[in-house]
Amino acid sequence: MEKYLVFNSSGFPILSILLLVPLAGAVFSLFIRRELLLKVWGLAVTVVTMLLSLPLYFLFDRGTYKYQFAELRHWIPALKLDYVVGIDGISLLLLLLTTCLMPMCILCSWNAIRERLAEFIFVLLLMESSMIGVFVSLNTVLFYIFWEGMLIPMYLLIAVWGGPGKDYASIKFFLYTLVGSVFLLVAMIMLYIQAGTFFIPQLMDHPFSFINQMFIFIGCCIAFAIKIPMYPFHTWLPAAHVEAPTAGSVILASVLLKMGGYGFLRFCLPMAPDAALYCMPVLLGLSLTAVIIGGYLALGQQDIKRLIAYSSVAHMGFVSLGIFLCNEQGLRGALLEMINHGITTGALFICIGIIYERTGSRDLRVNSALGMVMPLYIAFMSIFALSALGFPGTNGFVGEFFIIIAAFTRNTLVGVLLIPGAVLSAAYMLRMLQKMIWADSDGHSVHPVHCDKPALSDITWREGCMLVVLTIFVFWIGLNPGPLIEVMDSSIMHLLRQVGG
Amino acid sequence: MNSSVLLIPICVPFVAAVLVMLLRSRPSVRDCVPVAGAVLTFGSVLSLVPHVMQGGTCAGTLFTLYPGITVAFSLDGLGLLFAGTASGLWVLASLYCIGYMRSLDEHAQTRFYVCYAVAVGSALGAACSANFFTLYLFYEIITIFTYPLVAHHQDAAGYSGARKYLVYLMFASKACLLPAMALIYVQCGTLDFAVSDIHKGIFPAGGSRVLVSVTYALCLLGFAKAAIMPLHSWLPAAMVAPTPVSALLHAVVVVKVGVFSICRVMLSVFGTELLVQYGLGLITAYVAGCTIIVASVIAMTKTDLKARLAYSTVSQLSYIVLGVALLAPNGLVGGLIHIPNHAFAKITLFFCAGAILAATGKKDIRDMGGLGYCMPVTMAAFGLASLSMIGVPPVSGFVTKWYLALGTLDRSSVVLLCVVLFSSLLNAVYFGEVFVRAFFGTPSGDAVPKRLERKPLMLLMVVPLLVTAVLSVVWGLYPDFFMNIIRLQVGS
Repeated sequence: MEKYLVFNSSGFPILSILLLVPLAGAVFSLFIRRELLLKVWGLAVTVVTMLLSLPLYFLFDRGTYKYQFAELRHWIPALKLDYVVGIDGISLLLLLLTTCLMPMCILCSWNAIRERLAEFIFVLLLMESSMIGVFVSLNTVLFYIFWEGMLIPMYLLIAVWGGPGKDYASIKFFLYTLVGSVFLLVAMIMLYIQAGTFFIPQLMDHPFSFINQMFIFIGCCIAFAIKIPMYPFHTWLPAAHVEAPTAGSVILASVLLKMGGYGFLRFCLPMAPDAALYCMPVLLGLSLTAVIIGGYLALGQQDIKRLIAYSSVAHMGFVSLGIFLCNEQGLRGALLEMINHGITTGALFICIGIIYERTGSRDLRVNSALGMVMPLYIAFMSIFALSALGFPGTNGFVGEFFIIIAAFTRNTLVGVLLIPGAVLSAAYMLRMLQKMIWADSDGHSVHPVHCDKPALSDITWREGCMLVVLTIFVFWIGLNPGPLIEVMDSSIMHLLRQVGG
Repeated sequence: MNSSVLLIPICVPFVAAVLVMLLRSRPSVRDCVPVAGAVLTFGSVLSLVPHVMQGGTCAGTLFTLYPGITVAFSLDGLGLLFAGTASGLWVLASLYCIGYMRSLDEHAQTRFYVCYAVAVGSALGAACSANFFTLYLFYEIITIFTYPLVAHHQDAAGYSGARKYLVYLMFASKACLLPAMALIYVQCGTLDFAVSDIHKGIFPAGGSRVLVSVTYALCLLGFAKAAIMPLHSWLPAAMVAPTPVSALLHAVVVVKVGVFSICRVMLSVFGTELLVQYGLGLITAYVAGCTIIVASVIAMTKTDLKARLAYSTVSQLSYIVLGVALLAPNGLVGGLIHIPNHAFAKITLFFCAGAILAATGKKDIRDMGGLGYCMPVTMAAFGLASLSMIGVPPVSGFVTKWYLALGTLDRSSVVLLCVVLFSSLLNAVYFGEVFVRAFFGTPSGDAVPKRLERKPLMLLMVVPLLVTAVLSVVWGLYPDFFMNIIRLQVGS
């Protein structure tokens, strides 16, 4: 077991601390009564977690695919069940994405959440702990506990603090994800019966027979396909996004969807490589469908949040396509696209939250012609929208371009079929921008001096800080993705060897 | 030479844009910033001329996205030709802008100047690109930042024109350029241009002919800013923009970026040998030939002056593509020298159209009878520029036509020779009409007062257009300056 792990030389249990800080913070937040103090507490806990996670990036050894900062403690010897955590290049990036976005989630809820604030902070911090748990677990049981642990807080976020249709949306989210979890559970039990271990790296190296691989693959694949979400399991996503509060949408888009992609990379590909290659055409087809359908549906939306939700479906279609192309550029592109989608779409949801707080509407017809009224806001919105459509120089371009290269390398036909998706992403994003900046829905003339709307204030310092930080990431990754690729490369190469692609 | 020298002309316009934004509350200072920026930019480009003429290049990498995909700059003859033309004309256009925007009391002038400067800066970035990705990056920035300029008037016509503009350009670049770039990377493993030798591209020998041809076709379609038919109709739609935009951007900077990109891709990515071997050059030449004739015929039917000029631009741009697509030294010279020649002449024509609009409010050619007596300098300049378009010596357009005709003869293509000659005839018809009406037509409607050109604001417009018209003649009499730069690229 130890051959897969690299232990911390100082023995400092950094990953466990990362898990415990938000959890302890969550428990403690229930005892705070003052509103402002609660918010500051939530911010402090998330910022501390973020600061604790940053050294991981600098201390991470880029040269090995082994799981680093590992901790191993015996837990239930009868079942050969251990508490084992560790991270490789893939999980490190997603972990950092999670910890860096959580302070934003607190900040963007600063004025938006007025009722049950203590519970809100509690749920958010609980959520953070579970999300970190999913990325650091090296054990199927732990993984499953954290996986389910995310479900309840997210359900609560939508059901308690959501919009008018929150009941429908939250139940739909819960049922879809639960069905997926059941399949995942079955697949994990099967893994244990066949291989006799819960330890994920050992499961990756265990040679399963083809028929077993198929069962494992299908079980895991359904769970992760619902989560990512892949066509035709995507219908929970727009409902959940539209009703969720801003922080919920940000978490959902930036981190929760990535769990699906992470699951594909951790379970489906390395544990059932033959099945993955066998099913590749179907999955590529579904991914392409998601890209096109998601983009096409986004093009017709009047609700900005729904538009971004469908754009997420399309973007995650790019991710799953990159993953199942099973080549170097594809996997790199998929992981980059996951990070980038997390940053960009998170930022877009924050932007929508900002405008919703001012106009009380997410309708494109209401939120039009803002260019003259809120120029700074529009500048940020444009940057993120351009990043989402894959504008060169922004982060969105890098992942998308790698996946397109991978598609053309694998099969010219896949590449050709992917291009309409790229065109659609430009179409819906520019349509949204055009309406928000310039004119009303019909494109009739709305001269800037029209005064039928109450004066809207431009972004505040608090909002500006969030958006500036995210903008820096947009351009930093867009122009210099090298460091990220360096972090992920050993793990990606190892994964490719496991798949034999 | 150090690459940071190369960054100066690219950065100055962006800095100017930021300064304009900061000085938005003080219009008089704000309006001076683009002029100063333009002079500085032009000066820094000129300072690079001796170095490039001696065969030196300055190259440098700014960002590395991935091995083979970088943001990198280098300047060679072709880039210098375009960068010099664009930055030089920006000096005159920035003066003209002040006169035009103030005469018509346009709104949102800060936004206008910011976008204008960014567009020019990006064009210089494209001119200095050392690889396909950098070119694509700046190409796209131009698309985004010229949108507010086209939609400037913010009325129904402005929105629909701007929408068409964006749809055409974005669709073409996303649907064609992006896959073309991916295909080039997949086949060559790099996106860097082969700048030193136009004969050999970057494609490895023994590639698939179909794949290479498809990639080439995607490039040709993707650079829709070159307005080759059938992707040309964004250009007439973009004429809803204020005239200085049509003048500098839609006659010089934006459309020339498209043409420049096509030339760059033909010469530095595919290389002439490969294009000749696969017979792609001649097909391109025929497509360009069709565009020349059809656009000229459409131009004759337009009575709005700017619309006529727009279709004339569509047709003239294809001369450049035609010349380069001949893939023979004479053709290349004829095509490439048309980049500055057309720029100087066409910007004069648009300046005239704008001056007429600002002074009299007239847009329709049929209303321009007798205008030559009210605005003699403007109409004289219009006449000179028209001669350049038609290709009459000693104005610079003649040089183009001469080398183009020689080029078609080198390829012994009578059809293309006829295209060049017949299109000159069409040019004479539709430009001649304006000129004849202005001096020999009868005035229509209200009588227009004379001495329109003496107001201070009008002088800011009339002087630049006179200078560009005179320069057109100068380049016609002394084409060696541009010829020497082109010879750097083409070889003797």
